[in-house]
Amino acid sequence: MKIGALKERAENEARVAMTPDSALALQKLGYECLIEAGAGKAAGFSDDAYRAAGVTVAENAAALSSEADVIAKVRPPESAELTNLGPGKTLISFFYPAQNSALLEEAKVKGVNVIAMDMVPRISRAQKMDALSSMANIAGYRAVIEAGNNFGRFFTGQVTAAGKVPPAKVLVIGAGVAGLAAIGTATSLGAITYAFDVRPEVAEQIESMGAEFVFLDFKGDSQDGAATGGYAAPSSPEFREKQLEKFRELAPQIDIVITTALIPGRDAPKLWLADMVAAMKPGSVIIDLAAERGGNCDLTVADQKVVSENGVTVIGYTDFPSRMAAQSSTLYSTNIRHMMTDLTPAKDGIVVHNMEDDVIRGATVTKEGEITFPPPPPKIKAIAAQKPKEKVKELTAEEKRAKESAAFKAQAKNQAILLAVGTALLLLVGAYAPASFMSHFVVFVLACFIGFQVIWNVSHSLHTPLMAVTNAISGIVILGALLQVGSGNWLVVILAALSVLVATINIVGGFLVTRRMLAMFQKS
Amino acid sequence: MTIGIVSAAYISAAVLFILSLGGLSGQESAKRAVWYGIVGMALAVVATILGPQVPGGFGNWLIILLMIAGGSVMGYYVAARVQMTEMPQLVAALHSFVGLAAVFIGYNAHIEAWRVGGMDEATRATLEGFSAILAHKTPVELAIMNVEVFLGVFIGAVTFTGSVVAFGKLAGKVDGKAKKLPGGHFLNAGAAILSLILLIMYANGSGVWTLILMTLLAFFIGYHLIMGIGGADMPVVVSMLNSYSGWAAAAIGFTLGNDLLIVTGALVGSSGAILSYIMCKAMNRSFVSVILGGFGGTTGPAMEIEGEQIAIDAEGVANALNDADSVVIVPGYGMAVAQAQQAVSELTRKLRASGKEVRFAIHPVAGRLPGHMNVLLAEAKVPYDIVLEMDEINDDFPNTDVVIVIGSNDIVNPAAEEDPNSPIAGMPVLQVWRAKQVFVSKRGQGTGYSGIENPLFYKENTRMFYGDAKKSVSELLPMIK
Repeated sequence: MKIGALKERAENEARVAMTPDSALALQKLGYECLIEAGAGKAAGFSDDAYRAAGVTVAENAAALSSEADVIAKVRPPESAELTNLGPGKTLISFFYPAQNSALLEEAKVKGVNVIAMDMVPRISRAQKMDALSSMANIAGYRAVIEAGNNFGRFFTGQVTAAGKVPPAKVLVIGAGVAGLAAIGTATSLGAITYAFDVRPEVAEQIESMGAEFVFLDFKGDSQDGAATGGYAAPSSPEFREKQLEKFRELAPQIDIVITTALIPGRDAPKLWLADMVAAMKPGSVIIDLAAERGGNCDLTVADQKVVSENGVTVIGYTDFPSRMAAQSSTLYSTNIRHMMTDLTPAKDGIVVHNMEDDVIRGATVTKEGEITFPPPPPKIKAIAAQKPKEKVKELTAEEKRAKESAAFKAQAKNQAILLAVGTALLLLVGAYAPASFMSHFVVFVLACFIGFQVIWNVSHSLHTPLMAVTNAISGIVILGALLQVGSGNWLVVILAALSVLVATINIVGGFLVTRRMLAMFQKS
Repeated sequence: MTIGIVSAAYISAAVLFILSLGGLSGQESAKRAVWYGIVGMALAVVATILGPQVPGGFGNWLIILLMIAGGSVMGYYVAARVQMTEMPQLVAALHSFVGLAAVFIGYNAHIEAWRVGGMDEATRATLEGFSAILAHKTPVELAIMNVEVFLGVFIGAVTFTGSVVAFGKLAGKVDGKAKKLPGGHFLNAGAAILSLILLIMYANGSGVWTLILMTLLAFFIGYHLIMGIGGADMPVVVSMLNSYSGWAAAAIGFTLGNDLLIVTGALVGSSGAILSYIMCKAMNRSFVSVILGGFGGTTGPAMEIEGEQIAIDAEGVANALNDADSVVIVPGYGMAVAQAQQAVSELTRKLRASGKEVRFAIHPVAGRLPGHMNVLLAEAKVPYDIVLEMDEINDDFPNTDVVIVIGSNDIVNPAAEEDPNSPIAGMPVLQVWRAKQVFVSKRGQGTGYSGIENPLFYKENTRMFYGDAKKSVSELLPMIK
């Protein structure tokens, strides 16, 4: 079968759904690859580069659409693009079926099978085709770069001959994929980074990226991210109030705010209000990654850069991934390629649209003239349910001391009891046993004592040599056998001789093998 | 040689043995320590042979010489041929020898006592060596000696069959799974109680049949006890048998009235006991529960594991390694089975050559013998200063880029910390999941020895690198830059 990638129609869209690299991989799956002329130009992939990778370059969209069986795109298709498609064809692109019901209806009428890349369920197995995440990653990175571009100072603090530069303070709101990528980029540029999220379980992820989690002291039930497939859910009014209060407190000291808060299927929540913008220092920058859905900031205008009265720049671009088209095309085309891998189990270039598969079922929005959206919930839950964390109580110095002294007392008590019992036992033995036995017994007890003292110091790594050496010296039973060899009884002589033999094996074997082992231990 | 000189030699030998064990506190001093042991042993044996207690005569000398020469050749042969991965078997086999010797010597003492008992005063006076000592014992001392003989034979017999079974299990000749006859530990307990009754009868002079019957019972206890203990508990079993062989030697020492035997036996016995204790502690289990076999009962349903095991190929692992700055390798029994230590060492060398920090994390019960992994890595020329203990490295995992788990399972199981219902709950484990990425080299999807699911394999930062450990690691080598 043939797979083709269309040129994006949307203005300012530089991405492309197939790169020469992904075409090579698709050919390995048994597909013939097509590309519309000039599709990769904006992302830096020339038609010649595609030809070199064995891709046929089609004159225009109509020619490509009629020839290819699978059509890959980035943005949702326009009506004009759908006209060329019909039954038996499969379209793979972002689709946003919840917001684009008219388009969905049109695709249904046309009989096109549509796989929406934005509907890929969030389960571990599907991570490799999760285009939303890969695009969000780029958006997060780009947001910081864009902020730096509009911010008149360093990110990192410096002490130079020309004066001291304080580090920039960055606040990231919403620690999804984009938020985490922004945190990583900002910290690696040297900024002091704070991050906030309504899901307390991401605190660990935030801290792992090097930012400080803005902790909200809220008594009510906190959200469980697992219930919503890893996405945030709307918060209660009380929680929201508390949250805004915290932001208001932070606003005057923050230089750069990056907001990424989105709730699936809703308008973006307003989190950075006009008064917070007013409280910020002039020259500060706000990057609103939620601009497409109305923005998290009151002042955001989609696709524009505005400057507030007090000199705060608010950027509402919606095309961050497209601004890094080479990178985002590479990642997106890889996502598509992984999707095709799952669609082609036999690697023979034939699409098997298996609706039993959780991932494929979830992403398919129309199939054979029917709308299959919304999908049933996936069989596997996205993320393991969060357990409530137990807090380890910090001990005060006094409590610690009390604990230590209690432990010491308990230890002393144990030792005293052991000694008392041991002495009593010894006395008991001494009362009945003859003197000759007692002298040996004293030796025995002392030897055990020395043994315990000595062995505790043996290093862990030498436990095997220790066993071998104790093995060798336990061959000391040879002495007993030697003493008996001279007996007048033949049976005794034979048994004693055999004992000498096996004990010698023990001694010689044990010592030699210990030496061999110890010789192997080398310092680097 | 007079008895005084012999005693002096014994004292030096005892001191040398203590020094020898004490020297094992560090790798460098250990190399010297083993010589203390050898010299001490030589002193003791030579002094005994030349001493007044061993009667002279050509026949005697010949037997002793022949046996010592034969034993030395065999011992040398075994020590030179053994593979380092076979150390657990060798140690177990050597334990069985001590046990067997103890049984023989105990029987000899019985026979001699019986022979001497039948002589008249005049013949007794002419006796030499061991029989002479016997001849001078008072009736009370003889009774005590009987008890000592009985105990020596009992411990020796348990050690013997126990070690033979342990050897079979470790060498793969006997199925490693825990197996018990119907009746389980009641059989052992019954045999032990019966032995106690026999001891009382024997001490009261019931004759040799009680001794023989007890030996058979002890053989059975040793066999059945160790058969009931599974593969991963072997470190405890081996150190326990080590301890027993020491106590057997000590019991023989009492029988013969030889202080050196008592001292050495006690040293070995306590060493084995401490090792067993350390091993049990590392598994968070009591000694009794290990001996009784199997893992303790669970207190509730195990936590459900969500997610899936994601496989990765050699290229993916190699890329991650090339990007990493710090790597920790966690070896387990699987590495020993696959004989992968050379490949792992080569990987370490390559990674270190490209300036990465490579370290090894060793769990106390990794492998089948205390310190097993250290010896294997040392054999493969991994420097010992990058081989670290659990306590030394556990805090470093969050700052580690890549962890490679090779053939270990339970010792890296997060369920031990996270799931209070897990059978291994509370066992200290290596917290590999805190690292940025974990690769698990494993033969297939099965569970480990304990049969417990390992949530580590389902974690988001874990990738499964399926295949034979040696082959997998060798595949990585050419891809490391």
